[in-house]
Amino acid sequence: MRESTNLPANGTVSPPAAASDGLIVFEDVSKFYGEILGVNRVNLRIAPGITSLVGPNGSGKTTLMNLMTGLIRPTSGRISVLGLTPDEPEELFRKLGYCSQFDSFPRGATAREFIEFYLRVHGWAKPEARELTRAALERVALTEAADRRISAFSKGMRQRVRLAQSIAHNPSVLVLDEPLNGLDPMARAEIIRLFRELADAGMYLIVSSHILHEVDMMSDGVVLLHNGYVVAEGEVGGVRDEIEEHPIQILIRCDRPQALAARLFEHEHTVEARIHDDRQGLFVKTRRPDDFYLLLNRVIPELHLRIESVAPVDDDLNAVYQYLITSDGGPTR
Amino acid sequence: MSSTPEIVNQTDAANTARTDAARTAKASWALWIRQTFAILNLEIRKNFLSRRALLLYLIAGSPLVMLTLFAFFRMGRDNAGSLNGLNTAFAAIYGGLILRTLVFFGCAWVFMNLFRGEVIDRSLHYYFLAPVRREVLVAGKYLSGLIATVTLFGITTVGSMLLLYFSVYPAESARFFFEGAGAGQLLGYLGVTVLACIGYGSAFLLVGLFFRNPIIPAGLLYGWEWINFLLPPVLKKVSVIHYLHSLVPVPMSEGPLAVLAEPTPAWIAVPGLLVFTGLVLVAAALHIRRMEISYAGD
Repeated sequence: MRESTNLPANGTVSPPAAASDGLIVFEDVSKFYGEILGVNRVNLRIAPGITSLVGPNGSGKTTLMNLMTGLIRPTSGRISVLGLTPDEPEELFRKLGYCSQFDSFPRGATAREFIEFYLRVHGWAKPEARELTRAALERVALTEAADRRISAFSKGMRQRVRLAQSIAHNPSVLVLDEPLNGLDPMARAEIIRLFRELADAGMYLIVSSHILHEVDMMSDGVVLLHNGYVVAEGEVGGVRDEIEEHPIQILIRCDRPQALAARLFEHEHTVEARIHDDRQGLFVKTRRPDDFYLLLNRVIPELHLRIESVAPVDDDLNAVYQYLITSDGGPTR
Repeated sequence: MSSTPEIVNQTDAANTARTDAARTAKASWALWIRQTFAILNLEIRKNFLSRRALLLYLIAGSPLVMLTLFAFFRMGRDNAGSLNGLNTAFAAIYGGLILRTLVFFGCAWVFMNLFRGEVIDRSLHYYFLAPVRREVLVAGKYLSGLIATVTLFGITTVGSMLLLYFSVYPAESARFFFEGAGAGQLLGYLGVTVLACIGYGSAFLLVGLFFRNPIIPAGLLYGWEWINFLLPPVLKKVSVIHYLHSLVPVPMSEGPLAVLAEPTPAWIAVPGLLVFTGLVLVAAALHIRRMEISYAGD
């Protein structure tokens, strides 16, 4: 990971300003909602490929996406998508598709009607709109459900309808706000494969996600956001390294946490052990959870411990962020 | 999941964008008309078939139901006295009920919901994410509202007049409409209804864009239009109802307290209303070009 600069994601050299027409550019962009900060002084240059916006709730991911698509306006700064600004919707949205998080659809519409209708608004004639709709539904594996009402769809199916709608006009830039939400594991894998295919064909995909291992799997570049600031951006490998280094915290509910703590500290991968306030549990931070669980299996019979439960406490994104933005080795703004 | 053979290869996205922009500019009018029709297609369906349309049907249908009941029970013959009496009676029904109240609130309901309803339904962003000029969006939505209100309140106007006249004096009314001044009056009232929808429609579209809760400004506007008969002549002209009243075929008595003013001639009233509508729509289009979408709190 590197510090936030004007460098592009995925490690390429920043082209001169005149060539920025081929990039997605944020120049000193700030957005305030009244006195509340949305994002502050964001400078980004995003190249083709999959760039993930990663950050906890309220970090500014959706704000950045809404700014890029003109749904909201920056308080200051300038945004350019392939040389077009969000003030030129009639040109921009021929190139850009946005799969937002808004889970709403026109009442009573089927998946096919929904997609075809908005393609007609784009200006496509009916036969072309119909063909593009068919292709888009096929890409997200919704052909069989195409003529069912969206209101009867599951959350995952609705997510796929929105995705189909955003890619139906074959945009060059695809902005996806939490696109994997609500999808089952198989559908996630299929959609990630689709994203990969689109990126390999030269598209720009800007994806927000909470799920780090998915970000790791699919992204070329990562932009890490925290409290409205870009705290780091760079190649996904940097983030992967940081995640691997990040200690996992596990809570063991047991009858003799002090004895367990003493025993666990004999092993180097135990970073920290802290007894729970009710003295009936132990928080353990470890860098190697697999080794830790093997160790625990040995220690329990040795110490004759009565174990109530063993569960990871904070293997969520927030914990990783806290680690990344505060540790010495992690990226800083 | 299928493969994606049809994905456009983005070798020089910027050049493609510029080429497309140039092509779009050349084909603008044809494109805008296609887009307007596409928007009309969905919006008309919403205006006529959605759950929100039920209130519109209720508003537009209420005088027809009342006059049908009136016709059924034959209650009015003695009170009306003559065709002239019916002319006065219908002028009062039209001016007091249909125009001032039903058309007003019907237009408020339809036009304020054109954008406001989409914000509540959280679906406006689909339009904002389409490559469509916001002015085209305003035009498409406004036309759809106009088609809905003109159709329904046109039927209300024509149906009410015919029901009233034919239920009381069938033979005389037939002569009045087919040989006398009846057809002219009918078209006159219909024209005023159309103009009311045009004028009020544009005003309420704008109100729906600016106010999170448009009921209050709509109520204030309703009050202003209602007290128009009490206002001095100069202020009367700052209203839609004054121009509409100037155009009705049979002037409605506004009561003993009314401040009298010369009606505005049709050659000023009609273009004046159209110019007012045009200006309001331009304001709406300018506003919507800068409009942000934040569904929070809606």
